[in-house]
Amino acid sequence: MAYQQVKFYQTGTLTVGNRLLDDALRTVQATMDRSNSLDSGHRACQGCGEALGARYALDAAMRATDNQLIATNATGCLEVFTTPYPESACRIPWIHSLFGNAPAVATGIAAAMRVKGRKDVRVVAQGGDGGTTDIGFGCLSGMFERNDDVLYICYDNQAYMNTGVQRSSATPGGARTATTQALGDEPGADFDKGKSVPLIAMAHQIPYVATASVDRLHDLEAKVEKAMAIRGARYIQVFVPCPLGWGAKPSDTIKVARLAVESGLYPLFEAEDGEIVRVTEIRRQVPVADYLKLQKRFAHILGNERQLARIQAIADANIRKFNLVKTSEGG
Amino acid sequence: MLKQIEGSRGVAEAVAMCRPEVVCAYPITPQTHIVEDLGAMVRAGELKDCEFINVESEFAALSVAIGSCAAGARSYTATASQGLLFMAEAVYNASGLGLPIVMTVGNRAIGAPINIWNDQSDSMSMRDAGWIQLYAETNQQAVDLHIQAFRIAETLSLPVMVCMDGFILTHAYERIDVPAQDQVDRFLPPFEPRQVLDPADPITLGAMVGPEAFTEVRYLAHHKQMQALDLIPRVAAEFTEIFGRTSGGLVCPYRNNDAETVIVTLGSVMGTIEEVVDAMRDDGHSVGVVALRSFRPFPHTALRMEMKNAKRVVVLEKSLAVGMGGIVSNNVHMTLHGSSLPIYSVIAGLGGRPITRSSLHSLFLRAMDDDLEETEFLDLKTDIVERELEREKKLTRPGSIAENILRDLGVVDAAKTA
Amino acid sequence: MLSVRIHGRGGQGVVSAAEMLSVAAFLEGKHAQAVPSFGSERMGAPVVAFCRIDDKPIRLREPVLAPDALIVQDPTLFHAIDVLGGLAPLGFLLVNTGRNIADLGIEKAVEHLPKKHVCTVPATEIAMKYVKRPVPNAVLLGALCAETGVIGIESVVKAIEAKFPGRLGQANIIAAKAAYELAARA
Repeated sequence: MAYQQVKFYQTGTLTVGNRLLDDALRTVQATMDRSNSLDSGHRACQGCGEALGARYALDAAMRATDNQLIATNATGCLEVFTTPYPESACRIPWIHSLFGNAPAVATGIAAAMRVKGRKDVRVVAQGGDGGTTDIGFGCLSGMFERNDDVLYICYDNQAYMNTGVQRSSATPGGARTATTQALGDEPGADFDKGKSVPLIAMAHQIPYVATASVDRLHDLEAKVEKAMAIRGARYIQVFVPCPLGWGAKPSDTIKVARLAVESGLYPLFEAEDGEIVRVTEIRRQVPVADYLKLQKRFAHILGNERQLARIQAIADANIRKFNLVKTSEGG
Repeated sequence: MLKQIEGSRGVAEAVAMCRPEVVCAYPITPQTHIVEDLGAMVRAGELKDCEFINVESEFAALSVAIGSCAAGARSYTATASQGLLFMAEAVYNASGLGLPIVMTVGNRAIGAPINIWNDQSDSMSMRDAGWIQLYAETNQQAVDLHIQAFRIAETLSLPVMVCMDGFILTHAYERIDVPAQDQVDRFLPPFEPRQVLDPADPITLGAMVGPEAFTEVRYLAHHKQMQALDLIPRVAAEFTEIFGRTSGGLVCPYRNNDAETVIVTLGSVMGTIEEVVDAMRDDGHSVGVVALRSFRPFPHTALRMEMKNAKRVVVLEKSLAVGMGGIVSNNVHMTLHGSSLPIYSVIAGLGGRPITRSSLHSLFLRAMDDDLEETEFLDLKTDIVERELEREKKLTRPGSIAENILRDLGVVDAAKTA
Repeated sequence: MLSVRIHGRGGQGVVSAAEMLSVAAFLEGKHAQAVPSFGSERMGAPVVAFCRIDDKPIRLREPVLAPDALIVQDPTLFHAIDVLGGLAPLGFLLVNTGRNIADLGIEKAVEHLPKKHVCTVPATEIAMKYVKRPVPNAVLLGALCAETGVIGIESVVKAIEAKFPGRLGQANIIAAKAAYELAARA
């Protein structure tokens, strides 16, 4: 999907509508013949960022592949709320095997398509952060290392949500979870832990790595469509707020996602073959407090100068590392 | 064609002739030669239309096979011991999803302590996972059972584990009649999946099932495996028609027609036992042996039919349920539930301990005198064991059991003992 | 049935020796079973391999406890493990050495065997000469043919060829035949 520069005038909402674009450039979701890969009637919570992200991502992948798509899914919210037997919200061929093997199952499907000469059929693997950064990490790395023709999409809500909000290696410092309670001298998740799977994916030198967020869904679609035009191992990590797990209002999901991006806490970038090729600039950096105060999981931070400063430092470091704010000197 | 080749090589050639479309490889002694041979065949262009994938763990190996099989490709992998345990989650998943994957288990002991030699603890640990389990006594049978396994698996839509003793079979060179490709093609038609991931006809596989339906789903899985009790002999009969030899089936008796002492066993030790049975029959003893070819489903009826004249049963197995006793003998108890036959459980060959004719001979003589414990460990070094138990009674920190035993055996310098 | 036990150290081709012997027997229409008795891959550790040869299918799966023929590829093993254990009263012993039995310190242990059943061959030296590698396994099989008559040298030649294709195989064949001649003359 191409980009078209559009002059935007504030109209009282933060929404840039498809109505300002040519038909051809509108999003997949704006079209009547979208595949509805993830159909309505599923059991996700109100305001679930993952349901939103998955719907956009899968439909974009379907359009990009002319509806020749097979999906795997790790155990987790997305799997549980879409497929309570005997019903299924998945309109595309879809398999849930185990918690830790979604990438490997996808590798197998891709191999089967290859051996049967069905080059047109592509594979998407999906998992939450738990299934991706922790228990599925070995299989993920194996898939990357072999450069299997799989797009892996991680829906990152920064904890194991389906089991009751436990810490994963994607949980940010300071966040309260059931296994990193807001108690003691260092309330919330430890700051000196955690890993960045996008950076690790880049270290595997796979053809395409990107981060995305549900606050800018066109961008998510574009990234998925670009990824599907590439053959080999690809990784997209989508920031998906979880109102229940984060203690945020369901109606704040998009806002929370945008603030995460605009504070610098969740850098949006694309990398090819191990090098960053594009970043999403932050037009106006937002203090992290604005983001944190919308979520009960950070309630203890706001009165804690030291931790607040640590989180701000992370945001500032991201901005510097990824060059997210263009200075007037053109840096 | 008759060949003198390594058992692993025979299996690789048999699997290759079954036209697998996806083969996943992760190394673990003693199966590695199988996947190495298959990899070489793919690279050399001898095995065509096959994707050979080097995976990062056994868990990945079976998971990749789950994906490829669900997408309609005939899929195969091999493992043993620790590897089988590492993929345990996927083992249950494959049978739960009804995927006809065929997997070789090169039977090997499970640690700790780590041990690379043969026993059947590994496949026994997965006996209840819903896979069909077949045990080969010879490398010829290993070859034949793999071919039958694909047929059985795809007919029932259930995965099949073909078990062969590590080193004893996998690494043994022996004469094998390797079938011809056209024979295999006649016997094994192309894979027609019962369900398949295909954009042309989307399905959802692996949905969540709650209390209201789970019992019925599991009952039907059990019921499906029980159908194998009929299918396995039928497939064996068809195999005989096409390949001209008897192979497969549920049980394999030897000189057991009128036997008063019936030995029940599985795997390669059957050969040694047959030698002992011949010698003892020459001495006038009424003894016979039955090998379980299929362990899951357990062939209760077929086994009961072998007990017509029996006055006692000796179950000789290479596995142990710690805290209980013999695993196979426990299953045989169920077969003979209600009968008053004494059933002796003999645990033998653990961790590669050789099972000798002379030990078996003495054992069976004692059995005929009903002079066996209910559970016996063949060739247990009782003095060594007693010494260790004494040590543990006296010392709060008796040290590592294995180290103490090895010192007592003189394998390690005893002078350094405390 | 004839049982052969082969002793050596990792890297000396003990396992291949047993395999080649079984292939040679197979080529003569016999049944043969060759099994290694070893552990993880490691150079220098003691290795044992077995080969059984018979006119009917071989069912026995125990280690060869009472060998009819014993091949010792590395004489340093005599003082490390019980190499000679179980050797049949009229069994054959073939040792890879340029020294004599007395020098090896095993004279007493083998004095009960028929003189023609005890044979020493400098197989490593022969291998170095023809194959340029210190791997004595194929060479010793050549000597075994002459010493025991249990297998024909031509079958051993074919087995070597099947195992080692090309120049390496040809060199091993020449070496094996040389050992055969040497043992035949002894």
